[in-house]
Amino acid sequence: MSLMKNLINGTNFDPNSLNALQKVTLRAVVMSFLFFGLVAIEGMIMRLVVTGDANPLPEMFSHPEHYFSIMTVHPIVGIFGSTYQLVFAAFMFLVPYLTKKPLYSVKLANCVWILITVGTALAWIAAFVWQYAPLYTLYWPLPADTKQFELIGGIVFVIGVALIMVGTLGFIYNIYATIFARVGVHKDKTTKELLISGFGIDGMLNLWNKLRGKQPYSKEPALSLPVVAIFRGTVDTFLDALVILGAGLLVLVYLIFDAIGHPLDVASINALLYKNFFWWGLDLVADGLVLIYVAGSWYLLATIITGKKLFMENVARAALMLELLVSWMVWSHHLLSDQAQPEMMKLISGEMVTAFELLTQGLALFITLVTLWKARPLKMTPPLAYLLGGLVGFGLAVPAGIIQADMGMNRILHNTQWISFAHFHIALIVGLYMTLYSALYVLWPLVTNNTKMFSTKLTWTHFWLYLIGGVGMGAFGGMAGLDGMLRRHLYIDGEFNTLMVLAALCGTMVLVAWFIFLFNIVMSIGIKGLIGIFLPAKDKSASYGIEEESTETK
Amino acid sequence: MTFSNSLELLAFHNVAYTIYALLIISIIAWFAYNLTREEKAKSIVRIPFYGYIAFLVIGGVGHHIFTYNAIPWVSEDITRDSIKPDKVFNFEIENHKWKLPKEKIVINCGEKVLFNVTSRDLMYGFGLFRQDGTMVTQMQVNPHSKNDLLWTFNHNGVFDLTSTEYSGPKQYSEDGKDLMKVEKIVKVVGCKEEGGKK
Repeated sequence: MSLMKNLINGTNFDPNSLNALQKVTLRAVVMSFLFFGLVAIEGMIMRLVVTGDANPLPEMFSHPEHYFSIMTVHPIVGIFGSTYQLVFAAFMFLVPYLTKKPLYSVKLANCVWILITVGTALAWIAAFVWQYAPLYTLYWPLPADTKQFELIGGIVFVIGVALIMVGTLGFIYNIYATIFARVGVHKDKTTKELLISGFGIDGMLNLWNKLRGKQPYSKEPALSLPVVAIFRGTVDTFLDALVILGAGLLVLVYLIFDAIGHPLDVASINALLYKNFFWWGLDLVADGLVLIYVAGSWYLLATIITGKKLFMENVARAALMLELLVSWMVWSHHLLSDQAQPEMMKLISGEMVTAFELLTQGLALFITLVTLWKARPLKMTPPLAYLLGGLVGFGLAVPAGIIQADMGMNRILHNTQWISFAHFHIALIVGLYMTLYSALYVLWPLVTNNTKMFSTKLTWTHFWLYLIGGVGMGAFGGMAGLDGMLRRHLYIDGEFNTLMVLAALCGTMVLVAWFIFLFNIVMSIGIKGLIGIFLPAKDKSASYGIEEESTETK
Repeated sequence: MTFSNSLELLAFHNVAYTIYALLIISIIAWFAYNLTREEKAKSIVRIPFYGYIAFLVIGGVGHHIFTYNAIPWVSEDITRDSIKPDKVFNFEIENHKWKLPKEKIVINCGEKVLFNVTSRDLMYGFGLFRQDGTMVTQMQVNPHSKNDLLWTFNHNGVFDLTSTEYSGPKQYSEDGKDLMKVEKIVKVVGCKEEGGKK
C-alpha cells in the first residue's frame, strides 16, 4: 500500500466496527495527544527563550507578558488537557473491561472529554489573547490583581479551569457509578463489600489474618487490583477538583466585584492560609492520584504482559490505602520556605510523611519488577519497554523530590529548576507518560479491534528518542537548578546558556518523538479513520469483552 | 561532615544524586536485559524483601537526620526565635519595588544576621545570589505575614538580591530585564579564603 493510501485509509482500521465505548475512549485519546503536541511546543518555546543570544524565536516570545502566559497555560494544557484526558480515557475503558460491566454512561463520558477540551482551550485563549498569567499556582492575591491582568482574561481563565473540573467530576461520577452498579459479576455483591474492596480493607484484613495464622478474609476480592487503584486514586481526584473549583470561585468573585466597580479587599484573604489550602488540593494530583494511578497501572501492565498473578497482591492493596492517607498529609513540603508556616507542620507533613512516598512508590516498583522477573524469559515488546521506561522515570523523579522535601535542601533549591526538571518533568514526561504509552500499546488491539500498527520501527524510534530526550532534558534542567536557575523567572541574557541549549536539544528529541508517534498512529488509522472516530457509533454497547446483556449506553 | 555554605552542599548533592541516577538506570537496564534471556540470571546480590523496605525507611528518615546534623542552617532556622541575631536588616516590598535598609549591608564573617521582609501587596521571594548566579539562600515572602530568615555567612563575597517568587510580569521591563534585581547589596568580609572566621 502506498504512503498516501495509508494516510487516507490506515492499515486495517475500521471505525464502523467500533462500539460506543471504544469510540469515546479514542476521542479522548486523540484530544490528549493533540494537547501533548501543544504542550511540547510551549515547552520548547520557553527553553529557547532562556538560551539568550542563541534563541532563534521572534522577539515577542521574550516579552514577560507573553513568556509568563505560556508558563501559565503550559501545565494546564499538559496536566488537564493531555494527561487527565488520557488517564480518564484509559480508565473509562478499563473499569468496564475489568469489572465486566458496562460503563454507567457513554453520554457522560462524551461530556467529559468535550468539557475538558473546551475548558483547556478557554484557559489557553485567556493566556494567549489577554495574557492572563498568574501561573498555575494562583498564589493569592496575584490571580485577582487587575493592575497587572485584564479582568476579562481572568474570568475566561477561571471559567476554563472550572469546566475542566466539572468534566473531572463527570468522570468521577461515571467511574463510581460503574463500580457500584450491581449488575453482571457484582449482581450479588453489596455496596459494603464493594467499598471494603475499593478501599483495600480486604487486603489489609488478609494480611492481618495471615499474621494470626487464620484463613484469608477474602480469597476473591470483589474488585481487581487495578480497579482498586482507580477507585482509590479517584478519591484524590475528587478532593482536588473541589479545591481547585473553590479557589476558582474565590478568584471569580473578586474579579466580578472588580468589574462592577466595587473591588473587594484582597488582604481579607490570608495568603498563607490560602496557600496551604491550595497546595493541599493541588498536591493531591502530584502526590496522590498520579502515584496511585501509576502504581495501579504498573500492576495491571505487569499482569497483562506476563499473564501471571501479581506478586504480593495483598501488600499492594494495603500499600494503595497507605498511599491515599499519605497523599492527604504531605502538602507542607511546598511550604518549607514559608517562614510563617509552623515548624511542626514543616517537620511532620513536609519532611516525615513526605518521606513515606519513597516507601509506597518503592514498594510498587518492587512488586512490579518481581512480577516481571518471575515470568522471565519475556519478549521485549513495546509495552514492556515503555513500562520499564516508566519505572526508570519514577525511580529518578521520586528521590529527587524527596531530597528537596527537606528543610536544609529546600533553603537552596526551592523554586529552582531542580524541582521543575529533575523532579516533576521527569516524573511526568518519563515516568507517567511512558507508563501511559505502555498502556496504550497494551490496549491498542482492544480499543481499535486489532488494528495493525503502521511501523514497529517507528514505535521503537519513538521509544528511544523519547526516553533519552526526556531523561536528558530533566538532567540538564536539574543541573541548571543546582547552579541557581529559578524556575519562575525570565532569563534573557543566556545566564545558563550551555545547560539550557542542552536541555533544548533534548526537548527537541521529545518533540520529534511526538511527531513520529503521531505519524505512526495516523498512518495506522488513516484520516478517514480519524474522522470516523468522531462520528456516532452504530453499536451502542458501553462494554467490551462481555456477552451482551443489556450493556447499552445510557 | 558539615557544609559551611550552599556551594559545598550542592557539589556534594550533585555527585551523590548523579551516582544514584546512574545506579538506578543501570539496575533497570540490567533487569531489562535479563528479563529476555533464556538462561537463569545470577543476581549480583540478593536483597530480602524486608531488607529492601528497611533500606527505603532508613533512606527516607536518615536523609533528614543527616541534613539536620550536616547543614548548620536547619537547626538555626527551627530555633531562630530564641537566637539573638548580631544584626537585623528590614526590607519592604510594594509594587515590585524594594524599600531597602538605609545602612549598607556589610556583614562580618560568622555573624548571625536576621533578614526581615514585609510585603505590602503580593507574594514575593527574597533570594541572595553570588556573582556567578548560584544561590546563597532564599525564603518566600507572604504578604501580611512574618517573613524572617536567620543566616550565618561563613565565606566572603558580594551578593545580589532578587525576588525568587513570581509576582506577575511587572517584575520585568518590556525587554525582560529583572527590575527587582539589586546588584551587590550584601557584602561579607573577614573570612579566611577557605571559609570560616580568621
